[in-house]
Formats: sequence, structure tokens, C-alpha cells
Amino acid sequence: MPKSNLTARAWIVSLGILLTFGLAWHLAVSGTSQTQAMDPEYAKLMGLSATQGKSAMPGPLDVIAKIWSHLKDPFYDKGPNDKGIGIQLAYSIGRVMLGYALAIVVALPLGFLIGMSPLMSKALDPFIQVLKPVSPLAWMPLALYTIKDSAISSIFVIFICSLWPMLINTAFGVASVRKEWVNVARTLEVGTFRRAFTVILPAAAPTIVTGMRISIGIAWLVIVAAEMLVGGTGIGYFVWNEWNNLSITNVITSILVIGLVGMLLDQALARVARAVHFPE
Amino acid sequence: MATDKFISIEGISRHFAAPGGGKTTVFEDVWFSIPKGEFVCMIGHSGCGKTTVLNILSGLDLPDEGAAIVDGKAIEGPSLDRAVIFQSHALLPWRTVLGNVAYAVSSKWRSWSRAKIEEHAKKFIEKVGLKGSELKKPSQLSGGMKQRVGIARALSIEPKILLMDEPFSALDALTRGTLQDEVRRICIETGQTVFMITHDVDEAIYLADKIILMTNGPEALVAEIVENPLPKDRDRNAIHKHPSYYAIRNHLIDFLVTRSKTFKGEIPADYDRRKPPVVRPAGQPQPVPPPQANGRKVA
Repeated sequence: MPKSNLTARAWIVSLGILLTFGLAWHLAVSGTSQTQAMDPEYAKLMGLSATQGKSAMPGPLDVIAKIWSHLKDPFYDKGPNDKGIGIQLAYSIGRVMLGYALAIVVALPLGFLIGMSPLMSKALDPFIQVLKPVSPLAWMPLALYTIKDSAISSIFVIFICSLWPMLINTAFGVASVRKEWVNVARTLEVGTFRRAFTVILPAAAPTIVTGMRISIGIAWLVIVAAEMLVGGTGIGYFVWNEWNNLSITNVITSILVIGLVGMLLDQALARVARAVHFPE
Repeated sequence: MATDKFISIEGISRHFAAPGGGKTTVFEDVWFSIPKGEFVCMIGHSGCGKTTVLNILSGLDLPDEGAAIVDGKAIEGPSLDRAVIFQSHALLPWRTVLGNVAYAVSSKWRSWSRAKIEEHAKKFIEKVGLKGSELKKPSQLSGGMKQRVGIARALSIEPKILLMDEPFSALDALTRGTLQDEVRRICIETGQTVFMITHDVDEAIYLADKIILMTNGPEALVAEIVENPLPKDRDRNAIHKHPSYYAIRNHLIDFLVTRSKTFKGEIPADYDRRKPPVVRPAGQPQPVPPPQANGRKVA
């Protein structure tokens, strides 16, 4: 079976699934249920679901229309409670990037230390084992209390959740560099510092990047929850705000957008992984 | 500097922790020396500590007792004066052929410009017959080509001593033959001092000036040092016609088959660890006729 043929057929199946799901969704929400006769004054206070029997759940066409309206003007700013989805996303991505970058700065050198020194590996192991399984959101109150700034607290939460996969993969990658490659460097009298950059880093890079890819995924999962808690700005806050507005259309739109951005972040790291991969 | 003791191994021992506590002695009180420009092979069964001896010479391992002395100085760690060709070629897979050789060159001459480093590296890549493959990655090369890169890398730093740990054992017979020819040619051209580990008797006879025989481990010792009676300008296709060829071959095989096991039980009275006996098997009669040798002797 030629590969292009398989890809084309997979696309057709994907499209079929999407259309079937869209149609089922459309049919499920387009019916009307019975309504009770009510005072016109009272009816004004009630939504369409009470007065016309229309489902409160938006249909796929409503969502498409909503996405279109967001796409047309993603960066408007009409005060603290009404900002374009682009601005909200930019806040979230900015926080993730900051926390993630901080985690890289800490995890890579520390991982190198743990990977190269059996003593540090044993000494730090209990701390890592205990702190790693803690939900990043459990750090939030402590962060809010000590940092006293909700925006920086959410960056700290991203930092703490991105740290562990990177740290553990770096330590593992560094510790399992093939002895013979290290021996080559040793027989060439390559110093520790140059050896770390010319042998250990390239050899461990695929493992390290795998850890970074896991981290970016977790960071993007956590930012939504963190922003729901701290509020103010960001896509997580946007979702919660729209839930309070009972705008299910906007909630569904956000879900799609969060998924898309998460995919793009993962793809970017996949690209890095391909760049540092070496066949043996 | 006495050239007949360019490399001098003086009473080295190496112990490893045994699995059930205590320690195993791989070899004990080993003495031998290698003159400058000589090609020396060490033969012995697995577990006799051949690789450990080589690691001590390279500086990757240190002896528990005794010392390895090169050019008048005790070895304290790895040195660019001693290049190693690893059994598994040990190329850095993320670097190209040129990158692998250039890595060694730039480690030796740190102040050289990039252009000079590459020019020097290319010279040695050409010497091992890999011109045109400079930009390939190791994964794109065959086993023989990879080992050629390993050889080029070792030679490119122009070492005083070349150390080889069964460099051809992972290759097919044809490739092995060609590479042996080339290593021999290059080493004779440059007067290279070489210490090589092998358990291929024919390889040792073709390449070596002297062959060090190790008894079986643990607690291995140097049983004797065999001088190769074949002329220095030997030809691979004609050596089997030399009158002493079968004498040395049988001597080595007899050692590997029987004497490597029994030697320790019947150590001759005049055996001195510091001066292992030197033998030179010749046409016939053989100087040290081993007990079981009569049946397999070929005239």
C-alpha cells in the first residue's frame, strides 16, 4: 500500500467522523421541547429554552459563527472582563513560556549534576520522589501567600510542574550516556566542561527533549486550571468567566482553541526532538 | 631514554570486588616491556585481563599495585600520546566522519584554526581510504568503514603509542584482512609502537613482532613472550610457506588449547615473573616442545 494513498484515505475517514459527529450534534440540539404558557413579563426573564423550547446547548453552527467572530477580532480590549480570545491566549502562552523557561534553567544543570554524581543522585532522590507526585495546584496557596502576586504565582505553578519530567529525564539521559563515548573523550584528554558539551549533552539530548515535551504538555494542562483559580487574564480565566456568563458557545470555542494551541506546542517540541535525534 | 623499554609494565596487579564479597584478582605481578617501534600482540582467553592491561596502558584504569611506565613516566591518566582504537569503534553517532576525526585533532591541537584542523583530519581520512565519505554519519557506514574512521581518529593525533582492543573482531573475514593490511602498512611506514589485544592467532602472526601469552584468569600471569620468526616484510599470501610459520602457529594454538590452563600448575623452576621466558619457535625442532604438540605438529 503506497503511503500517500494511506494518508489520503485516513483524511477521508477523519473528515467522515467529523461530519457524522457534527450532524449528530446538530440534530441533538435542534429539536424543541414543550413550553409552558407564562406571563410575558416573566418570559422576558427566562432564556430561550423556557420560552421557545430551544435547547440551551449551542449547535455546531453557533460555535462556527462564534469562532468566526473571534477570528475577525481576536485582540480587542473592552475592559478587564471583555478581552479578545487572542489576548487571553497570549497571556496564557506568556505565562507558560516564562515558567517553562525557568524550569529549563533549573532542571538542566541540576539534572546534569544528578546524572554525573552518584552521590547527588542518591542524596536528592527522596526529595524528588516526594515532591514529584504533588499536584502543581497544591502549591498555589503557598505561592500566593509567599509571592503575594497572582500572576507570578501561576508562573511558579507552571515552573514547578514542568520541572520534574525535565529533571528526571536529564538525569537519566546523562547517567546512561554510553561509557565508550565518555572514554573516547577521556583518552583525548577532553576536560570535564568541554566533555559535558561535546559528548554528554548531544548523547543525552534525545532523552532530555522527550522530558521537555512531556513538560510542555503538562504545563499547558495546568495553566488552564491555574488561571481559573487566580483569575484576571488568560484562557483559563476566560473559560470560567464564560461559564459564569452561561455562554456555552464560548466555552466550546475555548476548548477547541486550547486543544489547538496544545497541539502546536507539542509539534514545536517534536521538531526539536527530530533535530537532536541521531541514528546509531 | 632506553628505547628497548619504551613501555614498561612493572609488577601490576588488578583486583575487582567479587559478587559475594571479597575480591577477585584478575592478574598479579605482571611484568613486560615493549621497545619503541615494535608491534606487540597480547593473546589469552576471555577473563585473563587483557582488556584491563590495555585500559591501564590507556590510562582509563589504574593498577592496584605496580606501575605502567611510558617513556620514563608512570601513567597517571589518559593521554593524547596514547591513542586507543576501540573494539566497538566508539564513534560519536551525531558527528560526521570528518567531525569525529576533527574532534580528536582539535583536542590535540587546541589553538589550530578550523581550516587547519579539517585539512589535517582529511589527510588521515584519505589515508584509511575513506575519501569522499567525509560528510557521512557513522550510521550510514558499514562496520569496516566505521572501524576505518576509528583508526583514522586514533592516527590523526599522531600518538607515540597505538593501543588496539580487538579492533577487527567484529568484522567479516574479508574486511578484516584488508584492514589488517592497511594497519600494518601504516604502522610500518610511521614506525608506530603498537600494543594490540586479539584472540585470533593468525592475526597475531601476521601483524606482531612479539606475542605476549597470558594464562587463564583469574590470577593470570604472563606465561611467555613469543618472538615472531617471520621476516618484518612478510606478505599475507606467502607467510604460510615460511619454514617457521607452522612452528609458531602450532606453538600459539597449543598454548591457547592446553598450556594456558595447565601453565600455572607446572611453572618451570627457573620461571621469573619479572623476566618471562622469551621463545622463538623455528622450523624444527621447536625450542619448547609442549607435551601434546607431537600429534599436531606439521612438518
